[in-house]
Amino acid sequence: MKWSKTVKIFDPTQHSLPNECSQFAQSPQALVFDDFVRIYFSTRSIDKNNGKFLSHIAFVDMKKDLREIIRVSDNTVIPLGNLGCFDEHGIFPMNVMQHNNEIYAYTCGWNRRSSVSVDTAIGLAISRDDGLTFQRTGEGPVLAASLHEPCLVGDAFVKVINGIFHMWYMFGTQWKRYSPEAEPDRTYKIGHATSNDGINWNKEEACQIIPDKLGIDESQALPTVIEIDGRYHMFFCYRHSFNFRKNSDYGYRIGHAFSDDLTTWTRDDENPLLAGTANDWDSDMQCYPHVFECDEKVYLLYNGNEFGKYGFGIAELET
Amino acid sequence: MGKIFTPQDVENRKWLKEFAQAPATLIFEDFVRIYFSCRPPADNDGKYVSYSAYVDLDRSNLFKIRDVSEQPILSLGGLGEFDEFGTYPVSVIRNQEEVRAYYAGWTRCESVPFNVAIGMATSQDQGKTFTKLGNGPVITYSPDEPFVISGPKIRRFNETWYLWYIAGRKWKKVDGRAEPVYKIRMATSSNGINWKKINEDLIPSRIEEDEAQASPDVFYSNGKYHMFFCYRYSSHFRGKENGYRIGYASSTNLIDWHRDDSKAGIDVADEGWDSEMISYPHVFEIDGKIYMAYLGDQVGRYGFGLARLDGQLG
Repeated sequence: MKWSKTVKIFDPTQHSLPNECSQFAQSPQALVFDDFVRIYFSTRSIDKNNGKFLSHIAFVDMKKDLREIIRVSDNTVIPLGNLGCFDEHGIFPMNVMQHNNEIYAYTCGWNRRSSVSVDTAIGLAISRDDGLTFQRTGEGPVLAASLHEPCLVGDAFVKVINGIFHMWYMFGTQWKRYSPEAEPDRTYKIGHATSNDGINWNKEEACQIIPDKLGIDESQALPTVIEIDGRYHMFFCYRHSFNFRKNSDYGYRIGHAFSDDLTTWTRDDENPLLAGTANDWDSDMQCYPHVFECDEKVYLLYNGNEFGKYGFGIAELET
Repeated sequence: MGKIFTPQDVENRKWLKEFAQAPATLIFEDFVRIYFSCRPPADNDGKYVSYSAYVDLDRSNLFKIRDVSEQPILSLGGLGEFDEFGTYPVSVIRNQEEVRAYYAGWTRCESVPFNVAIGMATSQDQGKTFTKLGNGPVITYSPDEPFVISGPKIRRFNETWYLWYIAGRKWKKVDGRAEPVYKIRMATSSNGINWKKINEDLIPSRIEEDEAQASPDVFYSNGKYHMFFCYRYSSHFRGKENGYRIGYASSTNLIDWHRDDSKAGIDVADEGWDSEMISYPHVFEIDGKIYMAYLGDQVGRYGFGLARLDGQLG
């Protein structure tokens, strides 16, 4: 398998976005309709209280050539959570899937902490208007920290396989200061949970399903899974847990693993390898992958440099 | 009966300066161990951490203090963990040879002062020291219980584990300050580790819709379950007028409760250590007598006391 040459398809700074958002179009996630593709992403506004970022969900509708833009959302897709709730300071990312004439959205909610910058948990919101707006199933999360997953549960990707809901997600393993004066940095790994209804989940508690390539200080995020010819393929992003923002050698790359039984995953980042393009939008970083099928082709959406500050691009799988 | 423990009287423990909150008992042959939660001095920002510890009282004379724990029974959590800034309150129970503790772990947040979830730890030395089962919580946030999961009370009836606790309903802005409103909830378990929440308020609110309820302490007597708890107004509750009082409810099936605060049998005193507020009740029986441990003014800043039941729980 091989990825075609990649191309950037959306730049948020070229559009007017709801909630006073201007930069960032992170973690693109596709919902395929009969005659167009809706791509949700997380964009950012500035919190007037303190100048920090707030992540909001928006979407762009594209023709099925995945090049031509039909429109960009002009209203709030889902408001942020209330005071003290898990998703008060941002929703990033949001994974969407069709289920029984409704659209389920698994949100990763962000809330700021005092000793560390943030914690996250996974919420469920449902749309009954083809994904224009979503309503929460409750103010709290459906998946959060637990006995052996102490922090940073997020980045859900959900797929129904043989009547069972499968969720791949990230869980935090630790916060650590890599030097005495440094702010704490987090490490997270990819785990798996199952459910009969998409609401009540059984975690395989603290069970890392993808082996590390960079050692225990590797962070793994944004799992996305697709079945191709009877084999399941997972794409995700991984990086060193420190010095990853400025040093491109430590930054995010796209990883890959495959499984025939949804239990054992074999890591194989090289096949297919997603390589950045020198001196281009994704030369220093590739992150937040989302794989989907459209008109019998398999595509990968992802972000490039600076965590998607200037948008996202796409690659097509050549088999 | 009066006040029985004053944290300010304890010497040589830097982590125990003031507060002795949320008493919970473990009864031994000749003494009664009462766990409580306490605080060292506040930090430069005026913020507290809280620890849990115990005091041993002579079983034949509860006014006689035999020992106070040398160290907190639990360590604080690591960086970014749910119990980094406090382990309070704690509720204990024997399980064969071990003692289990369910405790609320505190973290600090930016937009609201704190968040809380419930962890579990076990002791192999009769409750002197506890080891956490994991570095995360056993009861945490869920769609209907979004934050502030606190105040655990662990019980076992008919081979089932029951956990009563409180769950936050809203953060209410009062004079610019975020104040939590919480309600009494329950979960059940066959092993005490994997819990199923019933996701319902057990006790109807009485004084106002945003009444905050805490310390749901359940005691079985005379063929009925009795719950003592405390409740307060949602704003300006740090003084006498809107502060904590003790309420009462009864049940025959542990799920449906009938509230009747007139049967609580205790109110603030005319004067003295418990004349402004009374809170965090814990009911226990020794040698045929039923006692209630509870906090006095300023939610136990100066310690807790005991009351003895006259008559029967009916």
